[in-house]
Amino acid sequence: MENNETRKELKVTAIGNGSVIDHIPAENVFQVIRILNLEAFSDMVLFATNLESQKMGKKGIIKISNKFFRPDEINKIALVAPTATLIIIRDFKVAEKKKVEVPDTVEKIVKCFNPNCITNHENVSTRFTVIDKGDLRLQCHYCEKVTSGKSISFL
Amino acid sequence: MKNKSLVSINDFTREEQIRILDLAEEFEKKPTQKILQDFVVATLFFEPSTRTRLSFESAASRLGAKVIGFSEPGSTSVQKGESLRDTIRTVSNYSDIIVMRHPKEGSARFASEVADVPIINAGDGANQHPTQTLLDMFSIRKTQGTLDNLNVAFVGDLKYGRTVHSLVMALTNYNTTFHLVSPESLKLPSIVKMHIKEKNLTYYQYTDILEVIPEVDILYMTRIQKERFSDPIEYEQVKNSYTLRNPMLENAKPNMRILHPLPRVNEITIDVDENPMAYYFTQALNGVYVRQALLATILGVK
Repeated sequence: MENNETRKELKVTAIGNGSVIDHIPAENVFQVIRILNLEAFSDMVLFATNLESQKMGKKGIIKISNKFFRPDEINKIALVAPTATLIIIRDFKVAEKKKVEVPDTVEKIVKCFNPNCITNHENVSTRFTVIDKGDLRLQCHYCEKVTSGKSISFL
Repeated sequence: MKNKSLVSINDFTREEQIRILDLAEEFEKKPTQKILQDFVVATLFFEPSTRTRLSFESAASRLGAKVIGFSEPGSTSVQKGESLRDTIRTVSNYSDIIVMRHPKEGSARFASEVADVPIINAGDGANQHPTQTLLDMFSIRKTQGTLDNLNVAFVGDLKYGRTVHSLVMALTNYNTTFHLVSPESLKLPSIVKMHIKEKNLTYYQYTDILEVIPEVDILYMTRIQKERFSDPIEYEQVKNSYTLRNPMLENAKPNMRILHPLPRVNEITIDVDENPMAYYFTQALNGVYVRQALLATILGVK
C-alpha cells in the first residue's frame, strides 16, 4: 500500500519546497489552475490529470514550487475540488497535510447566475455568502439570489 | 438608525421596524411638519414607478425637504452610458439622502456601498422593495391592532411577487400563520418557505381561494401577470379562479381586511371596493406616513 502510493506520486516529478494539491477531481484540474491564477505564476508548476486513484477512480494533482498558500487562498478551490488535499512540502518532505474547506464567503471568482443581477451589468466584484457548504449554495450579496449546483460558473 | 441605508427589509431589526411604524403613526396624526427644511432628497427612478415616486415626493414635501431627481432615465446622463457608480457618486454630492428605483437586482446594495449618503431602496428589479413591506406591516397593525399571532393569506403570484417574499420574511418575526394560495406553477419559492420553517411557524398551501377566506385576518391579493406563463391557455384557466368578488366575502371574519400592493388589474372586482373590508387604497396612503418616518429617522431628525 505504502509502496503503491509512493510509486503514483512519482509519476509527477517531486518538488523540493512548495505546495501539492492532491485528490482534485480529474475534470476540474484546469479550473483549479485558473482559480489560483497559476497561469501567471513564475516558478515551476507541474500538473497531471486522469491519474489512477483508489479513492476517486481518476484524480488530478498540481505541484507548485516555492509557493505556500494561505487558507483563504486555497479554500476557494473547494468550490470545484471539495475532495482536494493540500500538502506542504519542505525539503522534499511532507511538512503539513490538510483537506480544503468550503469558505464562509466567496469573492470575485464566481459569477452570479442571475442575468438581471447588477454584478452582470456594472463593474462590481461578485460576493457571496455560502449558505450551504454541503450542497454548495451561494447567496449573492447584491441580488440575494442563490447560485447553486450546476449554475455555479467561474469568472 | 441615523445615516443607515435601507436596502433589504432585513437591514432593520424587528425593534427598528417597530420604531418606524410607531413614528409613522405620529405622522398620520400630523402629516405636515416642516422638519426637513435643511435637507435635499434625491429621487432617482431608473425605471418609472409613478405611485412609489409620488408617495416619496409627497412624504418629503410634507416635511419641507427639497426634492431633486428624475422619473425615468431617458433624459439623463444614464442615457449617455454613465455607470450607476458614477451617477450615484455625483448625486450623493448634491443630496442628503437618495431614494432609488432601478431595474437591476442588487443595484441598491451596490449604490449603498458607493454613495456617501444613505440610500433608500424603492425597488431593485425583482429583489426588494422594503418600504412597501413596511407600509404593509403598518396597514396590518393598523387594521388588526397588532402584528402578533395573525393568520395571513397571500393570494396569486407567490413565485415572482417580491412584495410577497419580503412581507412573508418580515412577518416571520411575529408568529404569523401563513396561508398560501396560488396556482401550482406560481407557488412560494422554497427559499422563502425555508425562512418560515426556520422560525418554526406553520404554513398551509391551497389552490382554492374560497378555502382560506373564513380562516384569515388579512387577505393579501397580488396580480397574476400573463407573461409569467409559458402556456397562454394555462393563464386563461388560472386568472379567473384568483379573482376576488364581493359575494365571496360572505363567510369572512368581521375583522378581515383585504390588502393589495396596487396597481390592480382584474384580480379584485370593483364591487369589492365598497366593502368595508377593502383596505388597499388606505394602504397606499399609509405609504406616505411610513416614508415620512423613514426620511426623518435616517436623516436623524426624529
